[in-house]
Amino acid sequence: MEFLLRIWRQQNSDATGSLQRYSIDQVSPDISFLEMLDNLNEKLIRQGELPVAFDMDCREGICGACSLVINGEPHGPMGATTTCQLYMRHFKEREEITIEPWRAGPFKVIQDLVVDRTSFDRILQAGGYVSLHTGEAPDANALLISKEIAGRAFEAANCIGCAACVAACPNASAMLFVAAKVTHLALLPKVNQSENIECQDGRGDGCRRVRKLQ
Amino acid sequence: MIDAKVPKGKLSEKWDNCLDGLKLISPNNKRKYKVIVVGTGLAGASASATMAELGYQVESFSFHDSPRRAHSVAAQGGINAAKNYRGDGDSIHRLFYDTIKGGDFRSREANVYRLAQISNNIIDQCVAQGVPFAREYGGLLDNRSFGGALVSRTFYSRGQTGQQLLLGAYGALNRQIHAGKIDHHSRSEMLDIVVDDGRAKGIVVRNLITGEMTTHLADAVVLATGGYSNLFYLSTNAAGCNVTATYRAYKRGASFANPCYTQIHPTCIPMNHKGQSKLTLMSESLRNHGRIWVPQQADDKRAPEQIPEVERDYFLERKYPAYGNLSPRDISSRAVKQVCDEGRGVGELGQSVYLDFGEAIERLGVESIKEYYGNLFDMYEHITDENPYQTPMRIYPAAHYTMGGLWVDYNLMSNLPGLFVIGEANFSDHGANRLGASALMQGLADGYFILPQTIGDYLAGATPYDESANSSDIKASAEALAKESSERIERLLSIGKSSSSGQGSRSVRSLHQSLGEIMWNHCGMTRNSEGLTTALDQLSSLKEEFWKTALVHGESGNLNQNLEQAGRVADFIDFSQLMCRDALAREESCGGHFREEHQEQGEAARDDKNFSHVAAWQYQGEGNPPTLEQEPLKFDELKAVKRSYQ
Repeated sequence: MEFLLRIWRQQNSDATGSLQRYSIDQVSPDISFLEMLDNLNEKLIRQGELPVAFDMDCREGICGACSLVINGEPHGPMGATTTCQLYMRHFKEREEITIEPWRAGPFKVIQDLVVDRTSFDRILQAGGYVSLHTGEAPDANALLISKEIAGRAFEAANCIGCAACVAACPNASAMLFVAAKVTHLALLPKVNQSENIECQDGRGDGCRRVRKLQ
Repeated sequence: MIDAKVPKGKLSEKWDNCLDGLKLISPNNKRKYKVIVVGTGLAGASASATMAELGYQVESFSFHDSPRRAHSVAAQGGINAAKNYRGDGDSIHRLFYDTIKGGDFRSREANVYRLAQISNNIIDQCVAQGVPFAREYGGLLDNRSFGGALVSRTFYSRGQTGQQLLLGAYGALNRQIHAGKIDHHSRSEMLDIVVDDGRAKGIVVRNLITGEMTTHLADAVVLATGGYSNLFYLSTNAAGCNVTATYRAYKRGASFANPCYTQIHPTCIPMNHKGQSKLTLMSESLRNHGRIWVPQQADDKRAPEQIPEVERDYFLERKYPAYGNLSPRDISSRAVKQVCDEGRGVGELGQSVYLDFGEAIERLGVESIKEYYGNLFDMYEHITDENPYQTPMRIYPAAHYTMGGLWVDYNLMSNLPGLFVIGEANFSDHGANRLGASALMQGLADGYFILPQTIGDYLAGATPYDESANSSDIKASAEALAKESSERIERLLSIGKSSSSGQGSRSVRSLHQSLGEIMWNHCGMTRNSEGLTTALDQLSSLKEEFWKTALVHGESGNLNQNLEQAGRVADFIDFSQLMCRDALAREESCGGHFREEHQEQGEAARDDKNFSHVAAWQYQGEGNPPTLEQEPLKFDELKAVKRSYQ
């Protein structure tokens, strides 16, 4: 397959970025979107150009490192699918594909398609956990949790922290991210009550309206 | 001969005896000691959090953009514990026995027993943290079975157990960061260990965004930096997994133990095109319901549904009736390779076998299978464009885990005093083959329950490092090491710059692919003396080629992924030589290390007389062969018998 790519290139946080055009051919429909970018980078590297920087790691949809706004949609056109799990067969021959970083005030561009998502760490540091010291726990079966509640808690705990929700939100709010953690923790009975999730006012973390969690 | 400092007493009392004998530090003195932890996976995050809870100052490092990205997140199937909630005859002793046997009697008895003892605490801890393990309707915890066990002792959160456990440990880490007890640095890669007066005292770190090289000093250093399967280029590991931290520690005096023990996991999605960047694991738990088969005849090109039952060979069930599809990973992988070598493999390249859920779907219904493995089936369909509810999955073995690692004693300290190693990065508990659902157990046992206790014994004997006191010597030597690391970076960036084209000629990725090919062909699922010797020659040439031709662009003063990759691949090449040497020296077959010269009717032939030991290698300087020391393995509780799953 053949594609025309428009990719956001930006040297560093302070530099001005722009969309650059690239073309790529001989793309197998069975390769992943990131493998397509790997191939582009191989080409650029051989030509003595700097490769396109992008975050990724596990390439199986679980680590949350990969990002990319593809044709205006975070993680591209498939629902509930991270960029690393997109395959080129999901695109049309000769399609023009625009690739941008997550666009949100709190996510500063570090380089090209790599952004700073440490605000997500700070949100969870503020209280997204059960306060329990190692070794304080009673026997695991001492607390009964119904299959249904455990399942719903899992669905919420499932969030991979990729920050696509912020990239998709016109207000760049982290409400969905916070809500997932609140739901996960609130559904499960605690042995030892958790600290509260607090707002990160003034840090531009996009969760300004979050109230204290019960 | 190496002393592992295993405590005295009965096997079941050793850990208690150890705890009773450890030197203690008073609560108000603990804050004077600082510990550096490199890595924030299950082992690193749980260790950092627990040590901070105890009162130590902790400084943690990760090359990821967030601690939550560590590759533990990708572990799918589950975590073992000897709870015996099912009442199916499980016990600490059985988990201990299965793990020792699974490791082909090449692990340290006392460590494994302790692991089995602690397994139960881990489940308690994680449940209380809010890890949403699978439950039965009545609200009790559910279990399933994994390879190499005849009981159901695996706790799980669908196919995302590693993610859920990691988020628990990440939460504990976050809590201590918020409390100011942990100073965490993301996007920071450790490049060297500072050794002062024979003790590990700090690390050299490169900030991956600014390129700044900094030194960090402490009273002890903990490496929790995972394994090295990625040297094969194609593996189930995440792209960033690397050997750099442990290899650099080895170069500073820490012994590397059993580097040749690598695990090739039987159930991965097979390679289907060139340019593929990874092989995706399909959890071993699938073998609870999936049946593995190939056609009985070679070159049978019919679609799977057209091959009648009688013409299928369920080869694991046939060869290992007691364990069947849940035979251990090393044995299953070799069996898969064998049928493919016989020409009975399926798929376009003939390099895969079927993992068939037809019978289970008929028996239990689609919904039930979805409940167990929904996300795995979706992932399979995404990657292959085939629907596994309708047609059997195709799988093939891939490099997955490394049992080898830095040598540690019973207290998880390397031979370099002050350097502790936990999780996959150490060599300790899995012998020559790891059983499924044991990696999560070991990482968390090390991090939550063992290291935070044993490290105190070392720290109690040391004077806390004082930033303000007269310690200019150590600062100067740390600075010198930082300079060395910077020079290496500049060397990488200058490769090929003096050539006529002004740049190298081969991409780092293609050099990594060449490395992977050499290692997969000669030091993969099966090995032999001739192949390993060839590999050593090829590695020397590859190393030379790398330093002459690698294309490394850009600068050192900002984010440079090309440069990061180059540094890691260079270490992989060096390390691979050590791995081949170890494989060559171990003239026997055991677990994942299968030497073709040493087999009995196709099964691994161990040589307990000559090889019942841990092989610990010491670095002797660039260009010199490493030296080998042995830690003899004694089995007091168990008898080292021939491992059979028939």
